[in-house]
Amino acid sequence: MDHVSTIEATKAVVTLDVPLPGIIWGWMITLNMWAKSIGTGVILVGAYLMHKHKKEDMPNLRWLMPLISFIALNVFLFFTLIDLHQPLRMVNIFLHPHWTSAITVGAWMASLFTGLIMVMTVIGFFDEFAGFRKNCSIAKTVRSKSGLYEKVFPFVVFLAFPVTMYTAIIMAQSAARELWVPGAEVIQMMLAALMVGSASLILIANDWSKEARKDLAMILAFSVMFSFLMYMGEYFFSYKAAEVEATLEYVHAGGSYFGQFWAAMVLGYIIPFFISMASMKNENRTMMKFAAVTTLVGLYLAKSTWLEIPQMIPLS
Amino acid sequence: MKLGFLVDLNLCMGCKGCEIACKVENEVPLSSWRLRVKYIDIGTFPDTSRSFTPLRCNHCENAPCERICPVSALHYLDNGIVNVDSSRCIGCAGCMMACPYGAIYMDPESNTADKCTYCAHRIETGLMPACVVACPVEANIFGDVEDETSQISRYIMAHQGNIQVRKPEKHTDPKHYYVGGGNNTLNPLAHERIEGYGLFNNITHLDTIGDPHHSILDRFLTPIFGGHHDNEGNLGFADMPNESEHGKHDAHEEGGH
Repeated sequence: MDHVSTIEATKAVVTLDVPLPGIIWGWMITLNMWAKSIGTGVILVGAYLMHKHKKEDMPNLRWLMPLISFIALNVFLFFTLIDLHQPLRMVNIFLHPHWTSAITVGAWMASLFTGLIMVMTVIGFFDEFAGFRKNCSIAKTVRSKSGLYEKVFPFVVFLAFPVTMYTAIIMAQSAARELWVPGAEVIQMMLAALMVGSASLILIANDWSKEARKDLAMILAFSVMFSFLMYMGEYFFSYKAAEVEATLEYVHAGGSYFGQFWAAMVLGYIIPFFISMASMKNENRTMMKFAAVTTLVGLYLAKSTWLEIPQMIPLS
Repeated sequence: MKLGFLVDLNLCMGCKGCEIACKVENEVPLSSWRLRVKYIDIGTFPDTSRSFTPLRCNHCENAPCERICPVSALHYLDNGIVNVDSSRCIGCAGCMMACPYGAIYMDPESNTADKCTYCAHRIETGLMPACVVACPVEANIFGDVEDETSQISRYIMAHQGNIQVRKPEKHTDPKHYYVGGGNNTLNPLAHERIEGYGLFNNITHLDTIGDPHHSILDRFLTPIFGGHHDNEGNLGFADMPNESEHGKHDAHEEGGH
């Protein structure tokens, strides 16, 4: 009964109402956003590295980049599907699309993107393992179309941008949740993709050239720094909307998400920033891999926090 | 034609007749509400008052739920009602995230989004919404807001300066008005809400009614192999399992629901 004594005498009090609906979009949507960031992030970071460095500097990138993306995108699509209360009706998005909805536009783009990534994955795999199923007709056909990889890649990179960002538009269309400001969310989605894209590639960059690894550390350092600054800006200076202020109380001192939010900031942003900055001067591969793992964990926690706290306040 | 709703909070006495009529008319499952009446206590003892605010879908002219729905399950009718086609709904809950008024719920039996439709099925046959008929003090006024001679239009004109809508800053252009409302009654952040001390804060319901947190596998299998029987959501007391059977069905505590 402790908290009853904290009611201000002058404050109006709800004495009879229905329960709050609680978390509607929970861990599955968090996982969805997190996996999509990896799926598009490795393509965006990979494209930059391919543009800047020679193929020999990153020998496994051509086949592992689409493979990581393909796995992550399938995790994303799987959790998108099973989060639906009527998963078998997912087909309605394609049969009865409503184009004002960012969910519809996103589903179409993500499906196309995943299809193209699958093509690149198959070609990349059979090119990498030239001896695998050498006499198989399918493998022969795929190897004969090897050039398609380079033709498809520019479209994939182009498509990776809207696929990364459309979730921010869904959040913007979620008019009930004031915390999700479209401009900030679009940038946060891009930075999240660069963070986990570089983190994922750091884990496979053992045989890469030093310069390529340095670039990965640089991308990680700058993306976590800018993303952290944006979170801090919202954390400390969101005074303008009453709903945002009420929402942020959950991550401020004493709030139920305080611990999770700061764990996310330390693991996903502060630790990787200092490690990657240090590694740009004196490379330490083990520490960079540690930073990559904490980035992946931290981003999940940050996404989870930012997704759930606006769902905690009463809307009516 | 643009159908709208007006509630005169000066008349409402919190009898919840509208809430019950809505539940019965639309067979709204346990743990879900299309229309609810919220009680708020204002002031300090002995100078206190209790306000009653019926809350339902606002049938916004610029409805965020309609915009975000990926399959047009939420759609406008010609008379301005924002209707739901539950046979098309995929259950993504985007509308629940978009509605600034928390007016949409996930039906635990059909696993689709649902909400107040101003009793569109009754309107079609020339009847008034069930809540309007049930209100003993005529606090609910319903009609065409584009027709200057309708009761609702005349009521609005007679109370110019004392007409409110919820969250006008959201630019949703609600077609649900209040007379006699204020910050305490219409702004959910203006009053204290302490979980666990009001009625209905912790809901229990039976497995047979439909569990909103049912397993993921059920979502795939139920449409194929069939789920709950239609009448299970409307078990009367006589149909309820006895004590020993009841023990077999673990009642679920929905903390925070």
